[in-house]
Amino acid sequence: MIPLLEAKHISKYFGVLKALDGVSISVQENTFHGLIGPNGSGKSTLLKVIAGDHYPDEGNLTFNGNDVTNHTPELRAQNGLNLKFQITAIFPELSVYDNILLSLQSSESFWNLVLSNSRASLHDRIMDTLERFKLVDRAGSLASELSHGLQQWLEIAMAVIRKPKLLLLDEPTGGMSPEERRATGELLLPIKKDCTLIIVEHDLEWIKDICDNLTVLDQGKVLDDGTVKHIESSQKVKEVYTSRV
Amino acid sequence: MSPIIKKASLFKKILYRQAGVIPIVEILLLILLIIIPFFVGDFLTIIITRMLILALLAISFELCWGYSGIMTFGQGLFFGMGGYAVALFANKADFVQLWGVIPIGLIVGMCASFLIAWLLLLGKRPPELIFIALGTLTFSYAAERLVAGWYWVGGGNGMSIFEYLRIGSFEVEPGRLFYYIVATILLLVYLTSRFLVRSQFGLVLAGARQNEKRLAFLGYKVQKFKAIVFCFAGAIAGLGGGLYAHHEGFIGPGNVGIGISTMAVLYALFGGAGSLIGPIIGVLAIESISFTLSDIDAVRGYWPIILGVILLVVVTFKQDGLLGFVVTQRERIGSFGILKATESKPSETSQHLKNEKNDSPS
Ligand SMILES: Nc1ncnc2c1ncn2[C@@H]1O[C@H](COP(=O)(O)OP(=O)(O)OP(=O)(O)O)[C@@H](O)[C@H]1O
Ligand SMILES: [Mg+2]
Repeated sequence: MIPLLEAKHISKYFGVLKALDGVSISVQENTFHGLIGPNGSGKSTLLKVIAGDHYPDEGNLTFNGNDVTNHTPELRAQNGLNLKFQITAIFPELSVYDNILLSLQSSESFWNLVLSNSRASLHDRIMDTLERFKLVDRAGSLASELSHGLQQWLEIAMAVIRKPKLLLLDEPTGGMSPEERRATGELLLPIKKDCTLIIVEHDLEWIKDICDNLTVLDQGKVLDDGTVKHIESSQKVKEVYTSRV
Repeated sequence: MSPIIKKASLFKKILYRQAGVIPIVEILLLILLIIIPFFVGDFLTIIITRMLILALLAISFELCWGYSGIMTFGQGLFFGMGGYAVALFANKADFVQLWGVIPIGLIVGMCASFLIAWLLLLGKRPPELIFIALGTLTFSYAAERLVAGWYWVGGGNGMSIFEYLRIGSFEVEPGRLFYYIVATILLLVYLTSRFLVRSQFGLVLAGARQNEKRLAFLGYKVQKFKAIVFCFAGAIAGLGGGLYAHHEGFIGPGNVGIGISTMAVLYALFGGAGSLIGPIIGVLAIESISFTLSDIDAVRGYWPIILGVILLVVVTFKQDGLLGFVVTQRERIGSFGILKATESKPSETSQHLKNEKNDSPS
C-alpha cells in the first residue's frame, strides 16, 4: 500500500545546527503514528517541515501521492494536511465558536464569505464538534478565557472539524493533568476511522496506548521505528530514555 | 456582597451584553447628522459637509489598519488622485455630473490602490508592517511632489473647479443639498463597510489581525484578503477625494500627500481604531476642535500646537480613542457566527445562579 505521507532523507539546518539529519518516516492511511524523543531531538522541526512552516534543506516529501516538498502551507492545508502547533495557536480574541467557524470556512469561496452564505449551514457541524470536545458551554467565551487544557482541545477541535487527511499534533497534552490527558486520548481515538494522525509526545505511557507505530528521534536522527511493541523492547531506545529523560 | 448589589450587577451584565453600545452610538450620530442642517446656518453646514467627506477618508484608513492590520500612509494619495481625476474631467472635458463623479472617484481610487497592493502586498513573502508603512509613505510623498511639479495639473497652485457639481442641468451648490448627498453616500459606504467587516469575510480579517501565520496554516491566502480590503478602501478614499474637489472647488498638492494621509491616521486613532464609528467621531472631534480654536482670537497663532497637544494626550493615554470611553474591546471585535456571544449568556447566568445557591449555605 502506498503510504499517505512519506518523508525521505529530510535534513534541516538552523545555521550550523543540524536539527534534522536524514530523517525518513512513512505513515499509512488511518493509522496513528507517534513521534517521541528527548528535548531538542527535532520532533517539532519535523512536523513543521511536513506542514510547510520550514522548507527542508535536503530530502523530499510525498503526501497523498504528490510531491509537496515545495508547496506553501496554504496549499498543503487546502489539500488536507493540518498542524496543531506545540505552542497553542488559537485566536485569543475571538469566541470559541468563531475560532471553529474560522477553521471550518477556509474552503469557502470569496462571495460566500462576503455574503456570509455558509455560516447558517455550518452551525450544526460546529455545535456537534463543540459538544464532542466539551466546549458547548463555553461557545460564546473568548478563546483566551479558556483554561490551558481547554485551549488545547479547542485547537484539536479546530483541526478535526476540517476532516483533514493527515493531522499533525505537537504535544496535544502539554501542560495537562493526568486526568485531562486520559480524556484527550479518548477524544482522539474515535477520529481514527477518517483521519491519519502524527502525534508528538514526551509521555511514552500515554502515546503507546493510542498509537500503532512509533518513530524515535534523537539528535535529529531516527533512532528506531516500528510498532509499539517493537519500540518497547528496543534496547537502543531504552538506553536513550533511561540516560536522558 | 448584598443580594441587591448582586442582582444589580447581574442585571447590568445582561443588559450590557445584549444591547451593546455601538448601535446606540450609531443611531444617535445618525439622528444628529440628519437634523443638524436645520439648526445651523449654511456656513456651518458647509463646514460639516467637509467633515463628512473627510469621514470617508477616515473609514478608508480604518478598514486597512483597524480591520486588516495594514499600516497605510497611502489613503491621502488615493483621496488626492480621486480629486485630481474629477478636477481634470471638470476642467478639460467640462464634465461635472454627479453620476459620473462618483464612479470616477471610486475607480481611480481602486486602480491606484490595486497597483500599490500588487507592489507591496502580493509579493512572495508576507510583507512586514514597517515595509508597507514606509512603502505607502514613499508613494504619497512621490505623488505630492509629482503633482506639485506638473504644470498640466496646475503645479504647485493645484486646480480650481469653477463649475458647480450637477445633477442633469441642476446645479448643486455647497450647502444643504450637497450636505445631504454627502451624508447619504457616507451612510451607504458605512453600511457596506459594516456589512463587510461583520461578515464571514470579516472573521478572516479578525483572525489575520490576531495571528496571521496561523491563518495560513488553515489554508487562507491572507495577503489576498488584505489586498481586497486595501482596494475597497482605496475606492472609498478616491470617492471621498472626488466629492472633496467638487465641494471645495479646488484640489491641490496638499490634498494628495503625507499631510492628509497622516490626518487619516489621526482621525482613526483619536476616535477609536477597531470600529467604523470611531473614525467618524474622530473626524468630527478633530475638525470641530481645530475649527473652534482657529476662530478664537487669543489662540489664533498657536492653535495647531494646542490641537497637537490634545491629539498627543488622547492617543497616548487613551489608546482605544474617544470611543474607548463607552465601548469595550470585546464589543469592538464582536461575533461572526450565527451564535452570538450573547446567546451563551443563559448558561452563564444559570451558572451564576448556581454559584449563588452554593454560596448561600456557607
Ligand atoms: N527556528 C529555529 N532556529 C534555530 N534553531 C532552532 C529553531 N527551531 C528549533 N531549533 C533547534 O533545533 C533543535 C530541534 O528543535 P525541536 O523544536 O524540533 O525539538 P523538539 O524535539 O520538538 O524538542 P521539545 O521536546 O523541547 O519540543 C533544537 O536544538 C532547537 O534549539
Ligand atoms: Mg517540540
